Amino acid sequence: MSAAVAASAPAPAAPSMFTQARWAVSDSLLIAKRNLLVWTRVPAFLVFTVIQPVMFVLLFRYVFGGAIRVKVPGGYVSFLMPGIIGQTAAFASFATAIALAQELKKGVIDRLRSMPMARSAVLTGRLGADTVRMLVTILIIVAVGYAVGFRFLNGFGPAVAMVVLATVFGLAICCIAAFTGLAIGDEESVQAFGLIWLFPFTFVSSAFVPIQSMPGWLQAFANHQPVTYVIDTMRGLALGGPVAANLWKSIAWLAGIFIVFVPLAVRAYRRAS
Amino acid sequence: MSQTSSGPAGSRPAILVEGLTKSFGDVRALRGIDLSVPQGTVLGVLGPNGAGKTTAVRILTTLLLPDAGRALVDGHDVVREAAAVRRSIGLAGQSAAIQEELTGRENLELIGRLYHLSKAYARSRAAELLEQFDLVDAADRPARGFSGGMQRRLDLAASLVGQPTVLFLDEPTTGLDPRSRLGMWDIIRSLVTGGTTLLLTTQYLDEADELAREIVVIDHGLVIAAGTAEQLKDRIGGDVLEFTVPDRTRCSDAVTAISKIGQSEPHVDGETGVISVGVGSRGSDALIEAVRTLDNAAVETRGLALRRPSLDDVFLALTGHAAEEDGQGNRRRRGRGKAGGRRGGRDAAKVTS
Repeated sequence: MSAAVAASAPAPAAPSMFTQARWAVSDSLLIAKRNLLVWTRVPAFLVFTVIQPVMFVLLFRYVFGGAIRVKVPGGYVSFLMPGIIGQTAAFASFATAIALAQELKKGVIDRLRSMPMARSAVLTGRLGADTVRMLVTILIIVAVGYAVGFRFLNGFGPAVAMVVLATVFGLAICCIAAFTGLAIGDEESVQAFGLIWLFPFTFVSSAFVPIQSMPGWLQAFANHQPVTYVIDTMRGLALGGPVAANLWKSIAWLAGIFIVFVPLAVRAYRRAS
Repeated sequence: MSQTSSGPAGSRPAILVEGLTKSFGDVRALRGIDLSVPQGTVLGVLGPNGAGKTTAVRILTTLLLPDAGRALVDGHDVVREAAAVRRSIGLAGQSAAIQEELTGRENLELIGRLYHLSKAYARSRAAELLEQFDLVDAADRPARGFSGGMQRRLDLAASLVGQPTVLFLDEPTTGLDPRSRLGMWDIIRSLVTGGTTLLLTTQYLDEADELAREIVVIDHGLVIAAGTAEQLKDRIGGDVLEFTVPDRTRCSDAVTAISKIGQSEPHVDGETGVISVGVGSRGSDALIEAVRTLDNAAVETRGLALRRPSLDDVFLALTGHAAEEDGQGNRRRRGRGKAGGRRGGRDAAKVTS
């Protein structure tokens, strides 16, 4: 077989840059829509994403809450809710990692990668859907919080800012999860791995208890890790008080996470096998 | 070497592969593969688990980059013109790559939309494929409830949404029950009459025989034989004498008894006690002689018979091990499916080849 025979063939018209950009957006929206549809059809997902944080609210509000002394206006429930919302946003990443690992295992990602669709769409569509899912969950948790005595004490604008910060924080964690999901590629391992690193970060923070109540060596970690900065900022936005210092540290951390993990996730997707 | 006959003069092959190599760490999954598939034909790529079949398909479908060599699909280089290749191909892998929570129709419509078909056209294309693949009754139920055969049909339908000119089916019937398997064969045959070029990998020898006129046999990342099923069968030359020894401890006695009759070393399957040996054109003489020598050796046998060679015999003759055995001679159970589906297959590729 001579090379000349097979060498060049007229290429099918390659789409223009503009068309490619349009496809990148429309493909992402299609994937996002599909993921949200799947979410609504899997009761276990709904339970995991909504019921579990509600249980945490009730557990901390009524079981542990009485024993935890805090100095914030409104008492422990005011202290608790920003923490629960931050934790909920972080834990939303489990679904991201598990879904990507499943799609990888089942060959769905191979199928999509072998198609002439936008290569970015599987990740952007996934993260877009996860953002919507997270926002819905956060709003449900806020409503549950209101039912058990929580109130925003700092006005409407900062309350919205708190929800936005929680969502961006959750999205950052989802980027880490997208990377681990694609890199590990096995749903059980991904889930176990998620627990191993997310539990210390969310619980050894200012989310549920004042850090001053922890032993000194643990305080050193809790005081200087991103979850604490984010939760303290959210608490400031929700209840009033100084916000700026923690907000800058939060933004720096979140930007750092995006800068490191978005390229890693994209690379893992391109090489997914 | 060019493995298969080229198509009509002047037409370029739908798939052309030259010196393709790929390693995973120190495991050499492909060690220099050459293929040429004329347009509108079927090539059966036959090999045991871990031979490198899936690796080759993944490179040809732009999912994996080769280490060396080149591959053209529909005239486009799979590395430099990957986007153009993706516009020409369809892929159905070893497991059903469908979204189980969505209905059959939703799955196909989504794929159509991701091929940038208009909403209306994606809808009519989905309806057409559901009809063609006998999924109309189940079309609006979630795919989770589909049988294994139905899921694979839906998966195959999904690979055809974009009307590919070259279709890759990686072990399309692995893990299916015999009846679903026959159903898939019918569908694959009808695709081929429609003019699609098809590259089909399989570890089932009868499947390659049934669906593909041209077959290449690969083992440990190399093409070890190529030709039509008949040509491959001719290579082992004539009939095969086969029988079962119920008392496994007597297998070696039986082999000694018949070793002078065969044209090649007898093959013994230690698990089933089946012994086979090529006897060329000596046919019934060899049969009579075998009865006598086995009787003299006082070895009890069952089902002593002559048969036409199968591709299993070809594989044995070519590689020295049966198609379902790996290189270490460990017996693999045929048709057990692959643990963990696609991933299991690839891990096996890493370990074995």
